[in-house]
Amino acid sequence: MLTLAIVTGLGLGAMYGLIALGFYMTYAVSNTVNFSQGTSVMLGAVLAFVFSQQLHWAIAPSVVAALALCALWGVAVEFFAVRPFVRAGSDAWLMSTVAAGIVLENVVLFSFGNEPRSFPSPFSGPHAQIGGVEIYPLQAAVPIAGLAIACGLSLFMQRTRLGKALSAIVQNPTAASLMGINVTVAITVCYAASAVFAGIAGILIAPLFTVSADMGTLFGIKAFAVAILGGISSAWGVVAAGFLYGITEALVTSFLGSGYTNILTFALVIVALAARPHGLFGRAAAKKV
Amino acid sequence: MPTTTFSKAHKTLLALALASGLAGAHPAFAQGVIKLGFVGALSGQSAKSGEAITRGLEVAIDEINAKGGVLGKTLVLVKRDDESNPAKGQIAARELIQNEKVAAIFGGIDSPVAMAIVPIVNKEKVPYIGTWAAATPITRNGANPNYVFRVSAVDQLVDTALINYAMKTYGAKKPGFMLINNPWGESNNKGLTSAVADSKIASAGSEKFEDKDVDMTPQLSRLKAAGADSIILVANAGPGAQVMKSLGRMNWNVPVISHWGISGGRFPELAGDMSQKVVFVQTYSFFGKQSDIGKKTFDLLAKKYSDIKSASDIVPPVGYANAIDAMHLTALAMAAGGGTSGDQIREGFYKIGEYKGLIKTYRKPFSEQNHDALTAGDYVMVAYEGSQIVPVK
Repeated sequence: MLTLAIVTGLGLGAMYGLIALGFYMTYAVSNTVNFSQGTSVMLGAVLAFVFSQQLHWAIAPSVVAALALCALWGVAVEFFAVRPFVRAGSDAWLMSTVAAGIVLENVVLFSFGNEPRSFPSPFSGPHAQIGGVEIYPLQAAVPIAGLAIACGLSLFMQRTRLGKALSAIVQNPTAASLMGINVTVAITVCYAASAVFAGIAGILIAPLFTVSADMGTLFGIKAFAVAILGGISSAWGVVAAGFLYGITEALVTSFLGSGYTNILTFALVIVALAARPHGLFGRAAAKKV
Repeated sequence: MPTTTFSKAHKTLLALALASGLAGAHPAFAQGVIKLGFVGALSGQSAKSGEAITRGLEVAIDEINAKGGVLGKTLVLVKRDDESNPAKGQIAARELIQNEKVAAIFGGIDSPVAMAIVPIVNKEKVPYIGTWAAATPITRNGANPNYVFRVSAVDQLVDTALINYAMKTYGAKKPGFMLINNPWGESNNKGLTSAVADSKIASAGSEKFEDKDVDMTPQLSRLKAAGADSIILVANAGPGAQVMKSLGRMNWNVPVISHWGISGGRFPELAGDMSQKVVFVQTYSFFGKQSDIGKKTFDLLAKKYSDIKSASDIVPPVGYANAIDAMHLTALAMAAGGGTSGDQIREGFYKIGEYKGLIKTYRKPFSEQNHDALTAGDYVMVAYEGSQIVPVK
């Protein structure tokens, strides 16, 4: 039962971590987050389903097109639901990003339909066994994707010109702007990337779950809990917290019973944050006095 | 002929009502029509149930209107989507009562929604007729007077039937429960716990899961470790499919006996091959030898809905069958009560004597003490064959 719980927890945790990376991306650069991240998960899954199952495109162009539209959605969220409020010095983006997600969810509800659909995939069949549980290739793909993106982000930030520009913005947006870095474009790019990460998660999760307009809501909420737990300013922290959260959830369910899952898991999040207010792997920002 | 009996019953009650001179006493009655509401899941995971109930209600309304309606008025159905959300169900019920002035409201698949609406209809004195949701406290809600009636299963009775079936068919001695974490799951937890105690067997435990959970292997592995020899499943189509997928991943070949929530959506599509391994409960099957009313109902449905060409297209049958009988019984209640006020309809339900319906011949189906028209003897066990729902022994 222990092996099974760990295998299950790793799979679930990887999903949460992958989505939570989107929260990290935008927060690190702009101190804002896209609370419609769960909707981006749904958008990726629904678009890939529509392109591949209803329009009968090949899977590769379907995925590329779905992710491109996710990126566009991220840009739209930043442009319409975040930028105007940040410029006005308001925190109303907290609500406007939630509202944007609800609007998109309802648009999808009316256009895609109101019933959950199954997304068949050749990779959602059993492949290997660990601890008596069949492991599907897609289940392994989620943690691999999460770790690869976290690794890629790390390298991108350290080794590329744009990554260094983003790091400069994180440290001091005003100075970065004076040095010729286009902060506005950089933030928009981060919002696009954030939605793409969520879209990737949605496409990977869809064949294991179902595709529906409201499929992303719970994932979005849990991913935000994971982002805060890990320390939202650390990519590796966010991914590690995802695994920790997923494994804890599975262990509590397996050994104490499902009646305790939400009570104990969220209680542990509170305890962890009380002990480390900036998250398990986060650091308090330096303040000049 | 059953149709003759039906017709006589309607005509007799209609004549009584007209003679009483009480017609026209309620706003729902005022404009030549009697508005009847339906609050159910027309979207989301259980949308199939909403479609089935709507079609059942509409085909029954057509039949009643073709014979002159009720109290000389035409019946009209006003639908509202609750999206399986109790708060939205309450808003829809209030809107139907206050704006549409409906004479009665029919309920959908979701017990949590029905349980949220019950206090409203009892306060507003508007009869509520459950057509699917089976939670025991929906009708046994403690209100006096009670305006809630049901032509559907009752969890307490279904749970006994599920345990009996597991014991008789699979020799189950230690069933494990997989229950959706909401008031419907809770209602069944009580019923199943009581049923295993009455049957003098033990339970391997009771596990819960959320509507949007992806992986239920931790819950299932607990039941397996506790020695479960069968699984009793209580969930709607979406989460039910995730339970079956998780079971498939565990390679655990255990009998699964389910409440009927899984038939309210695209369960065969969502659960794939694992959907064929579940036996579940219904109140009616359009397969096999049909009564005259069964044949007539099929013809009416096929004529009205072009996608219905065979019994396998009437999915889920429980939604159609319960709704058809519920609408006819409600029409009889309005006629017997002599009007469309809540009290008249409520009293009318108690006055119904014998009615040959689709599911069975109802004999005094309602009384002050009993607001459930169906009993334990009215359930049939079925399974999916492809996407068809067929009876099993």
